[in-house]
Amino acid sequence: MVIPLIIVAALLAVFGKRLADVSGGDDPRVVPTVLLNTPFPAMDLAALPGREFGGLSTADLKGQVSLVNVWGSWCVACMVEHPTLVALNREKLVPIHGIAWRDKPEASLAWLAKNGDPYARVGQDPRSSAAIALGVTGAPETFVVDAEGVIRYKHIGPITPEVWKTKLAPLIAQLRK
Amino acid sequence: MKRILSILAALPIFAALLISISAFAVEPDERLNDPAAEARAREVSKALRCVVCQNETIDDSNAELARDMRLLVRERIKAGDTNDQVLAYMVQRYGDFVLLKPRMTGETLVLWFGPFLVLIVGGFIVMRRLRKPAPAAAPEALSMEDAKALQEITNTDDGTQKDSAP
Amino acid sequence: MLIELGHFALALALLVAVVQGTLPLIGAHRRNTAWMAVAEPAAIVQALLCGFAFATLMHAYIVSDFSVIGVANNSHTAKPLLYKITGVWGNHEGSMVLWITVLSLFGAAVALFGTNLPRSLKARTLGIQGLIGLGFLAFILFTSNPFLRLNPAPAQGNGLNPLLQDPGLAFHPPMLYLGYVGFSVAFSFAAAALLEGRVDSAWARWVRPWTLAAWMFLTLGIGLGSWWAYYELGWGGWWFWDPVENASFIPWLTGTALLHSAIVVERREALKSWTILLAIVTFSLSLLGTFLVRSGILTSVHAFAADPARGVFVLILLAIAIGGSLTLYAVRAPAVDGGGVFSPISREGGLLINNLLLTTAATTVLLGTLYPLIADAFELGKLSVGAPYFNAVFVPLMVPLVILTGIGPLLAWKRGDLNGAFQRLKAAAAIAVLALLATVVLNGGDIVNIAAGGGMALAAWLIAAALTEWLYRVRGTDGISWQRIVNLPRSAYGMTLAHIGMAVLIIGVTGSTAWKEEHIESLKPGEYIEAAGYRVTFVTAKEVRGPNYVALQGEYTVTRNGELVTTLRPEKRNFSQPVQQTTEAAIHTTGLADLYTVIGDADAANTAFVTRVFYEPFVPCLWYGVLLMGLGGLVSLSDRRHRIGAARRIAAGSAALQPAE
Repeated sequence: MVIPLIIVAALLAVFGKRLADVSGGDDPRVVPTVLLNTPFPAMDLAALPGREFGGLSTADLKGQVSLVNVWGSWCVACMVEHPTLVALNREKLVPIHGIAWRDKPEASLAWLAKNGDPYARVGQDPRSSAAIALGVTGAPETFVVDAEGVIRYKHIGPITPEVWKTKLAPLIAQLRK
Repeated sequence: MKRILSILAALPIFAALLISISAFAVEPDERLNDPAAEARAREVSKALRCVVCQNETIDDSNAELARDMRLLVRERIKAGDTNDQVLAYMVQRYGDFVLLKPRMTGETLVLWFGPFLVLIVGGFIVMRRLRKPAPAAAPEALSMEDAKALQEITNTDDGTQKDSAP
Repeated sequence: MLIELGHFALALALLVAVVQGTLPLIGAHRRNTAWMAVAEPAAIVQALLCGFAFATLMHAYIVSDFSVIGVANNSHTAKPLLYKITGVWGNHEGSMVLWITVLSLFGAAVALFGTNLPRSLKARTLGIQGLIGLGFLAFILFTSNPFLRLNPAPAQGNGLNPLLQDPGLAFHPPMLYLGYVGFSVAFSFAAAALLEGRVDSAWARWVRPWTLAAWMFLTLGIGLGSWWAYYELGWGGWWFWDPVENASFIPWLTGTALLHSAIVVERREALKSWTILLAIVTFSLSLLGTFLVRSGILTSVHAFAADPARGVFVLILLAIAIGGSLTLYAVRAPAVDGGGVFSPISREGGLLINNLLLTTAATTVLLGTLYPLIADAFELGKLSVGAPYFNAVFVPLMVPLVILTGIGPLLAWKRGDLNGAFQRLKAAAAIAVLALLATVVLNGGDIVNIAAGGGMALAAWLIAAALTEWLYRVRGTDGISWQRIVNLPRSAYGMTLAHIGMAVLIIGVTGSTAWKEEHIESLKPGEYIEAAGYRVTFVTAKEVRGPNYVALQGEYTVTRNGELVTTLRPEKRNFSQPVQQTTEAAIHTTGLADLYTVIGDADAANTAFVTRVFYEPFVPCLWYGVLLMGLGGLVSLSDRRHRIGAARRIAAGSAALQPAE
């Protein structure tokens, strides 16, 4: 006769834990990447016409720690993080590569002209082939890739100065050692 | 956005389905020419979750990423992948999250065997109940009021033991 | 002003709920009749106050009073009146007021119609009902108040999600709430019986009509939701195993089990503590269904502005309501257990297996729905549980249940004769086999058609068995007598109708799953799609204006063998407030199958339009099945034995009923 009570108590405990997690910032929608500590998937993305640096291929990521940022001119949240990326680039803290996801090249270029261009290389991904290879579920998402070209971290959502300071900067410093 | 969210919040059913349904799933230009390959693509698409939606298959979803995933599924099939290989390709990138039918692993043992466990334990309890009926509880004396009420109710019975129905 | 009065009424209702939730319970404990007597007027006043509060809110929506936050956020002057009204429950806060209003109405109904209930049982039932009301009034007033003002008031509201501006969905939530909340009565009766320490057939007889009513509303509510999804979402699906759908389906399964186990209590005073447990669990699952989706922890919550304060409040409420009642159950249930003895092969035995299968099915759906959440909590990784899982696990549980549903009613109480039942069901079994063969012969012998044949065989079996059972009850030695047909209790007809409804539903599920045809083409004027013998020709597309939308309307002529059948005009509507597109499928139905057309985007040259044509065989059977089940509930509800305080004596003719032993 106490069994139903025990089951319900256990269920409510699970709900309680999840509620605490969620209000503590663990968004149930966020799907962590399964590509952690695996080599950056093979890709060779075309450049945005007229940009100084070329397109993005997997080989370009070898040699130094870098960020790969998935964005699009259609993406509202990308606008939020953009000033942070521009600032990071200005201070030459880390090379940032961009993947222009599901975007027209003109639109991407216009957006960069208007909001500033923090990117080293930018590759076009008009049909999500790179995004799917990277397991991207939305924009912006940012990968931390080490000097061997291995994915070490994925940040989902806009990068804020806070995120840079607490998560990305320490990780990059550690990877550079 | 928040406003739309709060509108949806009230809906007891289908709230999750309301997100972005204005366009359509599979478009004519996506299809493969070979009907058998296309049928396989549909089957695979129905097993894959649209990762930007709620509980929708990429086959049903009109999200742009879902469309691109459908196209990729077709590309893989054209390239000679089996259905399982296509699924594995997606799982490798998105994890088990992308499968609508979870694989049987240590993590999903309870999910897959839970129902059978409930059936077996329940069946066991039922068997025991059928074999050895619990002793009848000692009848309590009825209060005058209750006795009268019971009388009235039993009087309305139509005298058959066969007429109960849901 | 009116809205402040509504707010005040709700606050007052909270105070009344405090009284209703305490005095009668204490009074019943101390056998103080004066205190117990408070319950009835309190329940009625409660309903009046909640009803008034709801009416003021509805008034604010009708007159578009945008100084009220909820109205400003969810309404718009250009909206048709119907959707201004239904907009009241088109948002979280307003729907909670509807919820509490329905709850209080059920309480008042028990107070008014439960005239032959023992005083203490009634006082306790209403007391528990008051406590539930108290919890949710507090929830509304402290976390989800719809009566708050906005200053300054905006000139125009934000409008209602266009998908909700639809007759099917407009009445789906109230219907669903009538079901969910209706189970609160069974819950209160169960808790009251535990407090009383007594459960008997009289108790079961009092509870059954309320359960039946709740079950009927829930059945129709789920059906309405499914129907809406079918015609509005634009791809002709009618069930998605979405968490929010499951949330309503799980209490339906346990509610169905409760309906059947209550019969055993009523007839044989057996399965008493189990029935009490089912009553508690069914309402608990309703609470879980209504509130889990508002707390922010299920993935479906995607669609919600998750408010942690709200979530915590809900969790505490669930803990008190469910935890409290189950604690009471753990302590008191042993005292109410026991009852009639029966053999495994008997009506009771059959109903017990029915309960086993239904509860297992409910547990399965619950497990699948909550598993992603459980996996999150135990950090087992992110995973999804979708339709393929549910179909794989749920369907095998339903097959034996349907077979049993055919046999059970032919078994006698206490000790049944299985061989005898089989003898009588020979014809039904033969019909089932014929259905299987006919399906395979007509459609081919591949795996899909064999499975479909199995589904059709189950449906045929159930219909034939239900009719067989009826036939044996109305047939005496002198053949079928009109008098027996008339005198058969309504509850018997209710059962037969509901079981046949189930069978018709199975036909719909089977047919639409196995033989649905999908055609998608980009059509220029004059081009056509052929589906199931129909030719759907695209004629033209034009722009049409509605009250608050502009639509692209396609015109398609449907011909069969060269003869015009109908003209279909599917639309793609663009709403401006809020900005959203909806599809309006155009459906031609033959009564047994639907031809479903949807118009999509134009090509670059604006001459060819993406057109979807679905042939949906047997989909109408889904709605017939649901309606038949609902009708079964209604007919059973009208049985004189369920008419509370009615019909003292019954005509002597009913003795002619022949037991089907």
